[in-house]
Amino acid sequence: MTQQDTARTGADGTFAPRPGAAPYAAMVRAQASMETRLLLRNGEQLLIAVVIPVIALVGGVVAAGRLGIDLDGADPVDALTPGVLALAVMSTAFTSLAIATGFERRYGLLKRLGASPLPRSGLLLGKVGGLLVVQAVQVVVVGAVALALGWSPDPLGLLLAVPCALLGTAAFAGLGLTLAGTLRAEATLAVANLVYLLLLAGGAVVLPRSSYGAASEVLALLPSAALGDALRAALLDGTLAVLPLVVLAVWAALGASLASRFFRWE
Amino acid sequence: MPAPPAVQVSDLVMRYGATTAVDGLSLEVARGSITAVLGPNGAGKTTTLETCEGYRRPQGGTVRVLGLDPVRDRRALLPRVGVMLQGGGAWSGVRAVEMLRHVAALHAHPLPLDLLVERLGLAECGRTPYRRLSGGQQQRLGLAMAVVGRPELLFVDEPTAGMDPAVRRTTWDLLRELQHDGVTTVLTTHYMEEAERLADLVHLVDHGRVVASGSPLALTRGRGDATIRLVVTEPFPAGAPQSLAAALGAATEVLPVDEYSLVVTGPADASTLSVVSAWCEDFGVVPESLTMGRMTLEDVFLAETGRTLAPGEGGHAA
Repeated sequence: MTQQDTARTGADGTFAPRPGAAPYAAMVRAQASMETRLLLRNGEQLLIAVVIPVIALVGGVVAAGRLGIDLDGADPVDALTPGVLALAVMSTAFTSLAIATGFERRYGLLKRLGASPLPRSGLLLGKVGGLLVVQAVQVVVVGAVALALGWSPDPLGLLLAVPCALLGTAAFAGLGLTLAGTLRAEATLAVANLVYLLLLAGGAVVLPRSSYGAASEVLALLPSAALGDALRAALLDGTLAVLPLVVLAVWAALGASLASRFFRWE
Repeated sequence: MPAPPAVQVSDLVMRYGATTAVDGLSLEVARGSITAVLGPNGAGKTTTLETCEGYRRPQGGTVRVLGLDPVRDRRALLPRVGVMLQGGGAWSGVRAVEMLRHVAALHAHPLPLDLLVERLGLAECGRTPYRRLSGGQQQRLGLAMAVVGRPELLFVDEPTAGMDPAVRRTTWDLLRELQHDGVTTVLTTHYMEEAERLADLVHLVDHGRVVASGSPLALTRGRGDATIRLVVTEPFPAGAPQSLAAALGAATEVLPVDEYSLVVTGPADASTLSVVSAWCEDFGVVPESLTMGRMTLEDVFLAETGRTLAPGEGGHAA
């Protein structure tokens, strides 16, 4: 470098190397806050996270009232709200996570963060943090609408519902990440939405399994039905349903092992 | 014990299926230098860089970065190294400065954001979502993300591709300033001018190997001081280069570029120029232009490989 260059750039130690990773907790917090903001910034993400569950709840309650549909003898809003919460958990932990991660892979974000001090575990924790914040927003909105419609959940059940929802989140997140880490972003988008719609219609998530007649026993093995059953047992009866929780745990273990085995970062 | 070089690549081999992208490449990067890896698209530059960054495990040979193994010691190395990818590397909906702030938050002692935003002209697009940034703006943000953590060593892949000339010079100024403050930079480029203006040391790479290394001055002086460039209006008849070489004698070298142009290197001076001019008349070719100038890295590359650096002539990107 010539003297003239030095004079022109006026270098004075501003850029002197001082490398270092931020504390792990700070990195995870930054990542979670970023994930949350981006999840909530997208119109279509908000639609799938909040608007569709609310429509399902209000529509379901109105339709059950008008048509006199029997939901195991329970009040329609009591019978439907746990399932709608299950739908909300599923939409975020599976569909939103899969789509967001698929495009992060496609846009080289995962590769870029791979060169940052944020370890993969921190990235994953950040994603989980973002998921949980969005789910909390969903629960507040859906819960408020349900309460306005006359929902009276079992008080103990509200506590029992938390581990059920977390286990459901783990199961769906593993499956969503497997999808995002193996397919192209567009294919992930299509499959994640399709699976969501299929489970919404036929997965015994919003409606109890008894509404599906003979298919009821088979449906019990789906993660959607298991999460719906677990939340219904908790919020309607104040009990922990063991079988659905076992089903969710198996899906969670399967999803985690598939994702850790097949997820490609680029 | 002296500090190991910033980067040491020995006999690196990388293959994709049947294609050998890097074929026994060796190079060294001195601490505190700006070192350019110059070559056409598909020469193996990006693959080499990504192996140094720890994204890929060497299939043959060894790579050491700041004395460490970039795969095994990745966690220790990552905070010390700044990486600018060739493209992408951000959420599509993230705002430019928001992305930079996020990367800064992952480091212990990040640079002040305002400084980088101002120096790289990101203020005008600070709130623009990444997907709506121009190519040049994305490049500048990528560079800002690479330097914000105050790295010791910077890997930048085609840093000024897609930038207009004024912004390119601003970027070069920043890289020089980083060097002055003690940062080592390794950059890949297929812009001859970038390597020539910026780098202390240039490694010319072709087909996954280093074909020549040295300072820009040493490389261009090595074959004589000047170059004569002949461009003709009609394609050369067969045997034209050989005929010109015979007319000029053994001291000079005639390098065909394509069917319309060739380059003469060696001790080329005014008398050489008149020989070429006379040869044109004798041989029956009409010059579109006949110029004499200083030798460039482009000419060195042509002399070493028989190929040009120009993008589009070098096959697919690696």
